[in-house]
Amino acid sequence: MLHIVNKSATERSTLDSCLRLATKGSAVLLIEDAVYAATKGSAAAAKIQAAQADLKIYALGPDLAARGMAGRVLDGVNVVDYGGFVDLVAEHSNCQSWL
Amino acid sequence: MSDMDMDDGSGVVKKFMFLNRKAPHGTVYALEGLEVVLITAAFDQDVSLVFTDDGVYQLMKGMDTKGIEVKDFSKTYRALEGYDIEKLYVDSTSLKARGLTEEDLIVDVTVLSDDEMKNLMAEQDVVISF
Repeated sequence: MLHIVNKSATERSTLDSCLRLATKGSAVLLIEDAVYAATKGSAAAAKIQAAQADLKIYALGPDLAARGMAGRVLDGVNVVDYGGFVDLVAEHSNCQSWL
Repeated sequence: MSDMDMDDGSGVVKKFMFLNRKAPHGTVYALEGLEVVLITAAFDQDVSLVFTDDGVYQLMKGMDTKGIEVKDFSKTYRALEGYDIEKLYVDSTSLKARGLTEEDLIVDVTVLSDDEMKNLMAEQDVVISF
């Protein structure tokens, strides 16, 4: 399963719900305002780091760059471009967009 | 102040606070809020622009929006001085919670403690939240 989260973790609870309910080995792609969670010093950084034990975490590069956050990504988070986004969708048999 | 002055409205300066609480780009609030601030500047009011919660992300240096094909309006904050909007405040608690410091921001701001924030908010005539 590929989980896609697009809302800020300091405004909505979607990231928390996603991390709570994603099965081991799943992938989580952070896009739009959700990318802040994957940056150093953010309130959600510890949650992302803890989740990396069981989940593969990705963040969309263009969304990080647009927010001035490209240089602040947490270690172990994989930054992908739009092509990588497409690859992730194609590689997984199903995906869930947390709205 | 006489009733005539109130009815007429001319010369009445109110304290306006624009409270920005949303991250840029993900929603249209930040950009629309900035547009309203620029309009308000034309009416010679006492404007304070406050950034709190995810709103502090609006002021991040080094945004490059080419990849998501939207306007980078962060540079507009630097032009606010030209519209006589010089009171920019950032909530210290919100900055710290996001691992940011004043040096990460695109404009000079005054960083306020919780007590300073609540006093500033309490003394306003009008608070408009985005």
